[in-house]
This record gives sequence, C-alpha cells and structure tokens, in this order.
Amino acid sequence: MPTRLLPRRAPAPGPDGPRGADRDARRSARFLPYAVGTVLLLGSVLAGLLVGAADLPVRGVLLALLDELPFVHVDHGLTPVQYSVLMEIRMPRVLGAVLVGSLLAVAGAGYQGVFRNPMADPYLLGAASGAGLGATLVIAYSSADSVGGVGIVPLAAFVGAIAGVMLAYALGATAGRADGTATLVLAGVAVSAFLAAVQTFVQQANVDELRRIYAWILGSLSSIGWDELALVAPYAAVSTLVLLLHGRLLDVMTVGDEEAAVLGVNAARVRFVVLLAASLATATAVAVSGLIGFIGIVVPHAVRRLVGGSYRRILPMSVLLGGAFLVVADIIARTATAPGELPIGVVTAFVGAPFFVIVLRATRQVGL
Amino acid sequence: MTDLKVTGLRVARQRCEVLHGVDAEVRAGGWLAVIGPNGAGKSTLLKAVAGLLPYTGEVTVDGVRLRDLPARELARTLAYTPQNPVVPPQMPVREYVLLGRTPYLGYLALPGRRDRAVADQVIERLDLTALATRDVGTLSGGERQRVVLARALAQQAPVLLLDEPTTALDLGHQQQVLELVDRLRRDDGLTVVTTLHDLGVAAQYAERMLLLVNGEAAASGTAAEVLTPAGIAAHYNAHVEVTTGPDGRPRVHLIRPAQVRAEQAEVPTGGSARHDADA
Ligand SMILES: Nc1ncnc2c1ncn2[C@@H]1O[C@H](COP(=O)(O)OP(=O)(O)OP(=O)(O)O)[C@@H](O)[C@H]1O
Ligand SMILES: [Mg+2]
Repeated sequence: MPTRLLPRRAPAPGPDGPRGADRDARRSARFLPYAVGTVLLLGSVLAGLLVGAADLPVRGVLLALLDELPFVHVDHGLTPVQYSVLMEIRMPRVLGAVLVGSLLAVAGAGYQGVFRNPMADPYLLGAASGAGLGATLVIAYSSADSVGGVGIVPLAAFVGAIAGVMLAYALGATAGRADGTATLVLAGVAVSAFLAAVQTFVQQANVDELRRIYAWILGSLSSIGWDELALVAPYAAVSTLVLLLHGRLLDVMTVGDEEAAVLGVNAARVRFVVLLAASLATATAVAVSGLIGFIGIVVPHAVRRLVGGSYRRILPMSVLLGGAFLVVADIIARTATAPGELPIGVVTAFVGAPFFVIVLRATRQVGL
Repeated sequence: MTDLKVTGLRVARQRCEVLHGVDAEVRAGGWLAVIGPNGAGKSTLLKAVAGLLPYTGEVTVDGVRLRDLPARELARTLAYTPQNPVVPPQMPVREYVLLGRTPYLGYLALPGRRDRAVADQVIERLDLTALATRDVGTLSGGERQRVVLARALAQQAPVLLLDEPTTALDLGHQQQVLELVDRLRRDDGLTVVTTLHDLGVAAQYAERMLLLVNGEAAASGTAAEVLTPAGIAAHYNAHVEVTTGPDGRPRVHLIRPAQVRAEQAEVPTGGSARHDADA
C-alpha cells in the first residue's frame, strides 16, 4: 500500500552555498569527538608504555612501536631488557587496560540504553556477584590452577558472570508483563543480593583464602599477558561489534516499548540481544581483571555530555574513552605508591568520582 | 484503497474487559472521529487497532488482517500517536522525527538521504523548522505534540491513528494541524482515525463519528446523526446546544445549566463597588 505522503514534489534541493557549507561544518563537528577520543586513547597508551619502574627512552619506545608495524623496519636501539619490559610486561598490560576499560564502558552504555536509565551499570543484573561467587568458589575449593590451559579463576568468573545475568534475566523476563525493564532490574537486584550472600558465606568459611579473594574482587590488571589477551580477544570483538551495531535501535528504544512497537521494532528482542552482548563484554572484562567498578557508569555518562544522547555516538565514544580512562587509572595504580601497587578498582573510584563531578559541573554551564 | 474495518473488537486490560465488541469502518480517505466520555475506551480502541493490545475480533486494512502482518509491515501500513507519548531524555527534534523512518530500515541499517529528506519535509510542513535542533524534552506541550505527529507522518503510512492530537495546541496550531491532516487525507487518500474531545472540532473535520460509551458503540454515523443534544446530555452529562452551521455540519456549544445561570443572576455584580462606597 504505497501512499506517497509528503514528497509529491522532489525534496527541496536548497541553495548549495550556505547549506553545503553548513553540512560540512556539521559533518566535521560530528567527527571531531571521535578524533579527540582516538588521540586521547593513543596518548594514554603511549603514556602507559613509558611510565613505570624501569625507565624507557621515549624515542626508543616510539621506534620499537614503528618497528612492529608491518613492512616497517627500524632500529629502535632499546637494550634486550628494555625491549622485553616494553613488549612482555607493559604492552600486554596496557592493552589489557584498553580492552577492559572499553568493554566495561561500552557494556555500561548498552545497559543504560536497554534500561533507559543513565544510572544502570554493567553489574546491574548480577554479573559482578555471579563472577565474585565463581571466583571465590574456585579459589576456596579448587586444587587445579587451570583447565585446558585456561586459568581457573578467570574461567569461573566468566561462567559466574554469565550465569548470574541469565538467572536474573530468566526471573525478570518471565515475571514481567508490559514494560519489562522494571521487573528485570528487580530480578537483578534480588539475584545480586542472593549470590553476594552465598559468596560471603563461602568466603567466611575459608578465611585463609581471604587475601586472594579480596585481591581478585578489588580488581587487577597485573595478571594480563599475551595469552590472556589472545584468549579473550574474540569475545571482546564480537560483543563490542554487536553493541556498536545496535546504536540506532537503542535510540528507537528511548521512546518506550510501546512506541517502538508502533515503529516496527520488537523492544524485547533488541533488549535481549543487547543485554546478551553487554553481559558477554562484562564477563570477558571481569574474567581478566576482577571487579573494576565505576567505569561502566562514569564513562558513558561523560560521553553523553560530550556527544549528546544518541547511542550511535555514545557507544563508539565509550569504547575510546573507556580504554583511555582505564589506562590512565592503571598508570596511577602502578605509580602512586611504587614499588607497591594500588588495586585498580580503588583508583577508578578515587579518580572517577571527582572526575565525574567535574564533568557534571563543566557541562551544566553549556546547558547540555 | 485502504479501508479500515474493525469487527467485534473485544479488549481486556488487566483481565477486565473494557471494549465489548466494537464495530467500526472507515473507507479509504475517510476520517473517523472516536468520541466519548473519559474512560469510555477510545484510547484502548486505537491501541488495539495499532496492535499494542491483545484483542479478539478482527481488524483489517483492505481485507488484510493486521494481526497477520509482520511488525515492520504493520508499521508501514499504520502510524499511531499515543495520548501520552514517551519523551526521550536527550534527542533533537530532527532525530526524533527521523525515528518515523524506522519501519523502512533494515535491522542494522542507518537512515539514508531519502529518509532525511522525508523527515525534513514533514518538519517543514508542521512548522517545526525553527525547533529542529532543539531537544524534544525542552519543548512546550504543544510543540511536542506537533513533533510527535511529525514522527507519525514520517512513517508515510496510509492509515493514521491519532489519539487526542490537538489537546495541547493553541487555536491556530490546532487548525493548522487538522487542516494538514485533512489535506493529506484528501490529496493522498490517507485514512484517518482520531479521538477528539472537542466535539465541535470533531464535527468540523470528521466525516463519520463513533460515540463510545462504557466500551460499547452508543452511536455511529455522520456528525449530525451522532451529535444530538439528547445524546450528549445522556452520555456526557453535559448541557449543550447544537446548531447547524452553514456547511450543514453541527456546531456544538457548551451551555451552563439553567439553574446556575439563574443563581448567578441573583448575585448583584456590583458587590465590590458598593463595598467601596461604604468605606
Ligand atoms: N493499563 C490499564 N490497566 C487497566 N485498566 C486500564 C488501563 N488503561 C486503561 N484502563 C481502563 O480502561 C478503560 C478505558 O480506558 P481508555 O484509556 O481507553 O479511555 P479513554 O476513552 O481513552 O479515556 P480518556 O478520554 O480519558 O482518554 C478505563 O476505564 C481505564 O480505567
Ligand atoms: Mg484516551
């Protein structure tokens, strides 16, 4: 039933001069944030590679990085020790920080879109408590360190996170009627509380493992090496890609389930897919780094203030700035009390909270 | 081309039936006004037709049962604006209107040049160009109502269901919006169903009316057939006078009840003046 509605006449071409220039200006304004985000991410990565206990020369590091590019061969002049510090210690750790930061931030943005609530975070549906319980169980009771070459604690955390979310989703989606998000949140709260209680119980029954459990819960990037990165990269790539592709549909969801349905979008299905991807991203991050809080809320929120409310922009910017944020936080964690190391989760909250306040105050003045 | 036909529509909300078998028919290019007192089930009727509520009975467009259509197809057939739209917290008007193009986009596709052209044209026709970059959340009630209508028009669907589209509009915009809808109806053969509380306005624009009372059709037909002083008094509990305009359509005037007028006449209007004189 094709009814031509308004465009009986062709779309107004419009005078090319001012309008064309206007469009160019708009387009460059649209890409500017991504350019800034990319620069921030690359800058933080470089800083992360340069800062640390061993002094590495800036020039040598840059040349060594160039040397890694395909078809480029330069002499970097680093000593073998320096080179192995760069490539075997700092590089995987910094990339791990980028990965975890991006995943948590983009997952947080996804959760916020699904729940239409800027205060939703990736741990809302029980990913954190599920992972915590999984990790605690194997730390307390497992004698093996790994299964099939995969560390048992990351594996248990991953499985626990996924299981926690699935449990909450199963409870919430079956109980809920109309707009499913409220019951889903309640189910998430209930599941989180329950799993956290079990985790506490297991932990109290195994006080001799308390230190290891706490170290895991507070989060750390120190255990990330190339092997771990290679292991989680596929999950990270798939979940991030799926989330990035759903930006437009998350925008449609902002008008509510009912009006989305009128526009031909099945909100429940979009919600399911996005939650699945975001939870996979969260579980992946949690598996390699433990429970790092705050990124999933603070980064998307700051991003929203910078690029507006469209998830088509929030999601990719969260990837860029989430990575940059965690690299910077990790630099602080490594250097603030050197040679000791602060738990990264403490730093993200310690740096993140004031940063959050600054962002809120700064952008309020421009009326966003 | 696009007849809308509703037969034996029964809808329950929270296990309580609120529509008890309603029939309605709008021919292609027709305009049906659904009227009735608060809580009669007008919004429920529109929602059910839009596929938002489960129902028993049949709703067909050109003989095609709407419940058989896939969601996107349905959204290209029928556009609906709710009585209380959900306003996204942070979205410019242009992007919001562009949401109306969703039924034409593949699952992961982005709106293209043509979609933007359609959205811009609707914005222009609804006098929203000046607001295009504003956030929907910052608009006044009437501005917002026109923006929601713009989103529905961007759907380019042949059937338009509007739930109270003019409640928040000033006289000028009310006329402008209804005239626009009427023009679309006549030029492009859109089939329009609106709920309208203003019976006078409903009588001016709608060809046919359906008076819903307690979930049942109390009357249906032309405006002159449905809008009788006795009927309005019975179903709305309101005092009105109905005259016939030069176009042959009824005009509805709200009249204060006779005894109130009588009481007011007894109260001297110069009361305050006499006070002044005493002082
Ligand atoms: N979500 C709901 N759950 C239960 N009952 C509902 C719900 N929505 C509406 N109802 C009831 O269904 C009946 C019809 O409501 P509806 O919204 O269709 O009325 P309406 O004719 O549009 O009224 P109004 O003129 O006030 O807009 C009312 O009695 C109302 O209380
Ligand atoms: Mg209503």
